[in-house]
Amino acid sequence: MADARSAILEKIRAVKPAGFGDKATAWQQIPRSFLVGSTLGREEILHLLEDRLLDYDATVERCVPGEIAGVVKALLEKRGKSRMAIPDGMEPTWLPNEGVDFVVDRELPYSELDLVDGVMTGCTVAIADTGSIVVRNTSGQGRRAITLVPDYHLCVVFASAVVKTVPEAMRLLQTWNTAPITFFSGPSATADIEMTRIKGVHGPRFLDVVLVLD
Amino acid sequence: MSRIPLDPATSPAFPKAAKKSLGDQQLRRNVRHATDVIQAKRKRMVEERDDWQDLRESGSQIRQHTLRYLDQYLEEFERNCTKAGGHVHWARDGKEACEIVTRLAREAGAKEVIKIKTMTSEEIHLNNALETAGIMPVETDLAELIIQLGEDQPSHIVVPALHKNRHQVREIFKQKMGLKDLGDTPADLAEAARSYLRHKFLTVPTAVSGANYLIAETGGVCIVESEGNGRMCLTLPETLITIAGIDKVIPLMDNARTEVLADEEGRQTLHCIRCGACQNACPVYRQTGGHAYGSVYAGPIGAILTPQLQELHHAESLPYASSLCGACYEVCPVKINIPEVLIHLRHKVVEKQTKGLGTLNPEAVAMRVMAYIFRSEARFRAAQKFGRTAEKPLVNREGWIGWLPGMLGGWTQARDLQAMPDETFREWWEKRDKKEGRNG
Amino acid sequence: MLERLGHTVEFPAGQTCCGQMHWNTGYQKEALPLVQRFVDQFRDAEAVVVPSSSCVAMMKDHYPLMAEQLKDETLKAELKQLLPKVWEFSQFLTDCLGLKDVGAYYPHKVTYHASCHGLRNLGIKDGPMDLLRNVKGLELVEIENLDRCCGFGGTFAVKNPETSMAMLEEKLGSVLKTGAEVCTACDNSCLMHMEGSLHRQKAGVHTIHLAEILAGEEAGQ
Repeated sequence: MADARSAILEKIRAVKPAGFGDKATAWQQIPRSFLVGSTLGREEILHLLEDRLLDYDATVERCVPGEIAGVVKALLEKRGKSRMAIPDGMEPTWLPNEGVDFVVDRELPYSELDLVDGVMTGCTVAIADTGSIVVRNTSGQGRRAITLVPDYHLCVVFASAVVKTVPEAMRLLQTWNTAPITFFSGPSATADIEMTRIKGVHGPRFLDVVLVLD
Repeated sequence: MSRIPLDPATSPAFPKAAKKSLGDQQLRRNVRHATDVIQAKRKRMVEERDDWQDLRESGSQIRQHTLRYLDQYLEEFERNCTKAGGHVHWARDGKEACEIVTRLAREAGAKEVIKIKTMTSEEIHLNNALETAGIMPVETDLAELIIQLGEDQPSHIVVPALHKNRHQVREIFKQKMGLKDLGDTPADLAEAARSYLRHKFLTVPTAVSGANYLIAETGGVCIVESEGNGRMCLTLPETLITIAGIDKVIPLMDNARTEVLADEEGRQTLHCIRCGACQNACPVYRQTGGHAYGSVYAGPIGAILTPQLQELHHAESLPYASSLCGACYEVCPVKINIPEVLIHLRHKVVEKQTKGLGTLNPEAVAMRVMAYIFRSEARFRAAQKFGRTAEKPLVNREGWIGWLPGMLGGWTQARDLQAMPDETFREWWEKRDKKEGRNG
Repeated sequence: MLERLGHTVEFPAGQTCCGQMHWNTGYQKEALPLVQRFVDQFRDAEAVVVPSSSCVAMMKDHYPLMAEQLKDETLKAELKQLLPKVWEFSQFLTDCLGLKDVGAYYPHKVTYHASCHGLRNLGIKDGPMDLLRNVKGLELVEIENLDRCCGFGGTFAVKNPETSMAMLEEKLGSVLKTGAEVCTACDNSCLMHMEGSLHRQKAGVHTIHLAEILAGEEAGQ
């Protein structure tokens, strides 16, 4: 008996519908008349992102680049967070000078990550249509575990990194398409019981977004 | 904690199972509520998108394209996944897939595995296979946890526990998690699940997942989830075993999917991305819930997928579990024409059931007789006259029929039928023509 | 009603059934000869008006595929000529003739049920309700969940009687909630299904085809 791999591939070749020429050309020819860009202005796109994030129970604070550290300080005070994990390569000018202990994640064990009050990171891109923020394992964003295990996530999003649609974001992400990429839309949530949406299960249950108008 | 999986081979036929579900008023209320909520939300989002039909068209064509080049995409996925450090295993059927997963879990030294919700693993009864091998599967999706602890069966592909309400979930959690006090708000219940699973996430080194998509270009696995349990399982363990059917764009396990691929009219079933929109829109599912379909794939998609994966064994009643209203096709994001596939499968059922002596079954005989009548005007006229005479004993004084024999009795269980009129339209029309001196 | 609008109406006596019941139940072989029969009966018509949306859906969606199955090139060509001239009754009025008011009189409170095949296969949306709104004396009350199936589904109603009844019960609940005296539709099968239960329950509400309402005239006119 042939091995499973050959058996399956042989069977597929015998029964599948015929292709139209070579695969790459056929792929290019698929109609894609959905909207990629948008006619919305900058402010409308940012407003849409905010609207989505609020709908998901995240909070959004707007500021200009020079105000980041101040806004972060106020947010952490309000939430009562004093010990925050940050990834390697975090922009130092975003961090308030006093009141908060920032722990740089250099392969912290999960049990340690579970004990910090929260995590603060930047992001790669944010999508207004879906209210999604995209992070990947890079300087200032960190490995997957740090935006997952702590119960609170403070994310700095620059307006210049906000796009309207998912296809726009996918184009940007093409450069890093072999690295793990995480999309998250608001804090973790579930609607499994009576379709009642509730905030927070296993991932971060609280999300604050600082939207920086650059 | 072992439960008997939903298996089309042992489940009763749909009408019988549906009758049982219809008697469960709590289940029906829960299902109606849940599907109403999801449908309304879906509608709101679709109405926001001016390009919804464009997206559907692209989605449909991408799925068709992938099937045309399925062999090449599978090889491409394998190549790229291997390059990225993964290992690809191939399984011809559910049994082989279970053996592979069990072996990999054993090699990783697993005593327990944490699982992301995966319908594929339900399809192949993976939990039973793992338990038999002494490996404890721990469901981490809230709904799947409810199902697992409640020794229940999933009834929806996206929201598997929608047939349970908060009070029922509370009872299960109190009993199985050993909690004395537990509130019954969804937030209380989610908090209980968080506490129950937190330590497992941080310590269990082996995870099992399904896949929403496998991406050939990069060898990547794409998982969509909302609770964070998926990210936990994908991120923290050392070993991740992903199991997917070859219809997930580019996957591993066949389990009769190539049979579906071979059927020109049925193959669009493989476009399915398991979004559950058809289940939420279906007026039949709305009444019966998922268990009546006797398979992990319930609702309209189940009515076409299960019989095909089973090559029609054991699942001949499912293609008839639909009024062909078309609501499923209308909402399908990849435009699977489910009513068409249902009709196609019904034809296959009839072909199978009318072989040999089956040609004498009452339905087949009635259908042949009617077709014979419809082929001739004279016979049609005679049949109308005959029908009027034959029905007489059943017609009451008001001109209604309250009881019909045999298979037609299904109609009169709760409905009356108006008797044929003394004068048919045809007779009235011809009389009128004569009176007015027209030649008909 | 059609004659009132000035049309000449013919009823080819040789017509029988479109074959929908056979086809949708899986008896394809039995349904196939009915396509040629339909073409033979109606090929010379200027317009074929059918007071049943599911029959029209059967013809438009399935006949071409059936001719394909029969490998009958002549039949295929004839269908290509004939099918565009086949109209569901309400669409004939609204889309072909461009009418909204057909001069009818019907002094009752009426609700409209959208039959699935008309709604989804033929795209019948506001047309019938526009026609009803213009009927003198008629009060139209809209039903909730207009796009939900009544549970008939042809042989579905006898193969799955309990499920079909559960669907019907919910639909009739919506009908009764409107307070209408009459429920109308473009498909007799749904109406027969609903009437069957309304009569059993002695609900006092009746079903009637749209054509019968539009045929109504004020006395003395």
